[in-house]
Amino acid sequence: MKTPQKINDQIIAIEGVKKNFGDVTALDGVSLNIREGEFFSLLGPSGCGKTTLLRMISGFDSPSIGSVYIGGSDMTNVPPNERPTNMVFQSYAIFPHLNVAENVGYGLKKQKLPNDEINRRVEEALALVDLEGFGARESHALSGGQRQRVALARALIMKPKVLLLDEPLSALDKKLRETMQSELRKLQRTVGITFVLVTHDQEEALTMSDRIAVMFDGKIAQLDTPEGLYKRPKTKRVASFIGVMNFIPAKVVASTKTKLSLEVEFLGKINVTASNKIKPGDKITVGIRPEMLTILYGETDKADNVFSGMIVSASYYGDMTYYEVELKNTDINVMVSMRNTSGRPVLLTGTTARVGWGCESITVFDG
Amino acid sequence: MSSRPPKSLLTYAVLYLIFLYAPVILLPLFAFNDSAIIALPLSGFTFHWFGLLWDTKALHEALYNSLLIAVVTAIGSTTLGIFAARAAARYEFPGKRGIVGFIMVPLVLPEIIVGVALIVVLIQLGLSLSAWTVIIGHVLICTPFSIAILQSAFNNMDRSLEEASMDLGESKIGTFFRVILPLVTPGIISSLLISFTISLDEFIIAFFLTGTDVTLPVYIWGQLRFPARLPAIMALGFLMVSLSFFLLLTAEYFRRRANRLTGNHTRSDNGIFQ
Amino acid sequence: MRQESPVGKGPATRWRKPRFMPSMSAGGWHGLALISPPFAYSLLMLAAPLLLVFLLSMWTQNYLDLDRTFTMANYREAASEKLYQVLMIRSVVISVIVTIVTVLLAYPIAYYIAFYGGKRKAMWLLLITIPFWTSYLIRVFLWKVILGYNGVLNGSLIGMGFIEEPLTFILYNANAVVITLAHAWAPFAILPIFVSISRIDTSLLEAARDLGDGPLRRFLRVTLPLSMPGVVAATLIVFIPTVGDYVTPRLLGGTDGLMIANMIQIQFGKANNAPLGSALAVSAMVIVASISITFVLLNRRFLRAKG
Repeated sequence: MKTPQKINDQIIAIEGVKKNFGDVTALDGVSLNIREGEFFSLLGPSGCGKTTLLRMISGFDSPSIGSVYIGGSDMTNVPPNERPTNMVFQSYAIFPHLNVAENVGYGLKKQKLPNDEINRRVEEALALVDLEGFGARESHALSGGQRQRVALARALIMKPKVLLLDEPLSALDKKLRETMQSELRKLQRTVGITFVLVTHDQEEALTMSDRIAVMFDGKIAQLDTPEGLYKRPKTKRVASFIGVMNFIPAKVVASTKTKLSLEVEFLGKINVTASNKIKPGDKITVGIRPEMLTILYGETDKADNVFSGMIVSASYYGDMTYYEVELKNTDINVMVSMRNTSGRPVLLTGTTARVGWGCESITVFDG
Repeated sequence: MSSRPPKSLLTYAVLYLIFLYAPVILLPLFAFNDSAIIALPLSGFTFHWFGLLWDTKALHEALYNSLLIAVVTAIGSTTLGIFAARAAARYEFPGKRGIVGFIMVPLVLPEIIVGVALIVVLIQLGLSLSAWTVIIGHVLICTPFSIAILQSAFNNMDRSLEEASMDLGESKIGTFFRVILPLVTPGIISSLLISFTISLDEFIIAFFLTGTDVTLPVYIWGQLRFPARLPAIMALGFLMVSLSFFLLLTAEYFRRRANRLTGNHTRSDNGIFQ
Repeated sequence: MRQESPVGKGPATRWRKPRFMPSMSAGGWHGLALISPPFAYSLLMLAAPLLLVFLLSMWTQNYLDLDRTFTMANYREAASEKLYQVLMIRSVVISVIVTIVTVLLAYPIAYYIAFYGGKRKAMWLLLITIPFWTSYLIRVFLWKVILGYNGVLNGSLIGMGFIEEPLTFILYNANAVVITLAHAWAPFAILPIFVSISRIDTSLLEAARDLGDGPLRRFLRVTLPLSMPGVVAATLIVFIPTVGDYVTPRLLGGTDGLMIANMIQIQFGKANNAPLGSALAVSAMVIVASISITFVLLNRRFLRAKG
């Protein structure tokens, strides 16, 4: 389990939080720390509790059990209007009866600041999100991307300790979403504020975040860096949620301090790096990412392990081709992704292919 | 399915519209007709009947009563409607369906029953009938309409707008005045106008509960027996239709604006029958 | 290996109820508080009065005094007196006819607007409601002008040479009442049917066409059953208040067009027998309610049998 190096590094601490809505358990004992200045993501399928957790940080929901600390003070029962957090809503929640400047200045007006200062800070905030000169624009005349920028400016102008983003990109089309991903990342570095993002899109989480908490069924399944999650998923469920992974049943034949010897069903023996939990005789599963498998084109191509199979389907993505290969004499299908470099024609369905992989690319799951 | 309609269906639609408009078209014809008898053919053009209205004192009193009743009813039913619509649109509580359903009951209750029920109570309590007793009945039948109109205004409002306001540091009361109220104001105006119109036109309950403070429809009812008064009643009817028409068009304008403001375009038609 | 949180170790805690489980959330109390003013108003001004009407119907009026001993005499009188029977039956029959006529006339219009209204749906709906922004009394009176002996209809028909003598069967009888009420309730029938037809997913109709159903079968098997909720709503919205109408029967019905509401009104007015009026009102309500409930149940069974 990862722990922050220094206690005062934390901006948010969530301790043993549970939340029930009637008979439904939305959060089932969640504890986590978010570090100051990091881009943190809560990732999971819908209904996993990630939005509830975000709403608990913002103050819209309160935990049935457990506590929420922000900036070192207990905020568990503090209402949202008294918390040092601001939120970008999924629907952006732009006030339809106010123009852009009035939307952005909404929170400052409550603070009874002089109009000059409000105007100056609204202009600054609009500049920050590349919307200079949009102040007088009516809010219903904005595009989806512009609405999102207004929502960002409106939240950032409050100088929050933490900016919360609830699926902020899900309403945008693919192209715009990709642009906004990198802009959000840049914006976060510029302002230096802690961002907490809720998303169900693993690609979005991987590209933007410093750390990600993957959630299933109201619990944190794994908390790690994007690379850690992808390379060292702790469960099969995490592995298949983050990217694609092939699972093959296997049995442990022998183990040394550093190596495990496995008998993989249909494929034979392989050696992998040892894990302390697993003993000889255990039934386990091995996981291999599609890009760690290679289709061997020439007779001369070599790999640690080679098996043959038949291509059942091929999906062409331009830079990549994804093959589904049925392993010979089995009913196991594996996904193989190949970069389309020169000398690698796209193989047709029905072709026999040799597939190879290296031992270091294998993840072992108990059970 | 939005291809061309079958001819028979189109013909039917036109005939039906003629059926619907037949009585209303006659109203201006007879209101300006220079004849004491309500019958075709028309004999000439006159403003005489409108002048007669101007000189009828009893009518003015009835008009005053009706306006007073309609204004108080509109305010009363809209106020109750705001409470109920906000509760129904925003909160879950035990017995919600039953309570809201019960408040909506006058919508399907014969008006005579409402009239009978109220007059029984008033007699038992020994209260005399007046404009106020009519107001009690009218608020009862107008509140469901107010709720229906306001509920769509409250329902259409994205809940995250309220949350955004709270998130930006505004208090609950501040949020109500800075966000919720501006967004439902068109709905409130629409509700005021609709209940005003319903009250102004309502006869059955008013007839039961009016006492000596005669309302306009009750006054008209009394006049219908006298053939000589009918042309003036036609003129009065014409004025009332013009007023209702104007009020309801205004109400409709505000209802649509409410829907536009709260960001909902798809559910903008059908009004109360959603 | 697995990350364990401090609370909730293992599956055992997963289904355990939390220690503190409020019977209702704060929002629930807020909602109840908000709804209480209109609810109290309805209780005070509707439920309590209706209860009193019910009590009163079992008391007796002795000229100016009220005898508060319980008796079913008023109900016996309401049930046995020929006049009340006739009026009650006539009210129900006329209301049923009015409802059937109104809904049948309204359905094709609702169908037309829902399927062929295109972008002008809102305009069509407005066109349909405009005539009803007239005072109800005056509208009813105008029907009298149209249907009368020297009325607009007879005048036009004679003028065009269709008839020589004025038609007499159209005023001061049940026909006039039916025509006028079918007109008066038109928008209340059209709107709910329109809403339910426009909610029909057109891909269902395309699927039915795909499966080889002709236009008539498509209508009978898809459109009609799916629009039944609207038809039921329209039926109830028209039927229930019609039973209680007394303006139209009074102005257009003549003597054989009078309905139960006229009698209730007379009992509370001239006859000064509020208990009997109450008994008639309660009887009318019970009859209307049982017919409505039977109709809804039958319709539900019919739809289930079809589905």
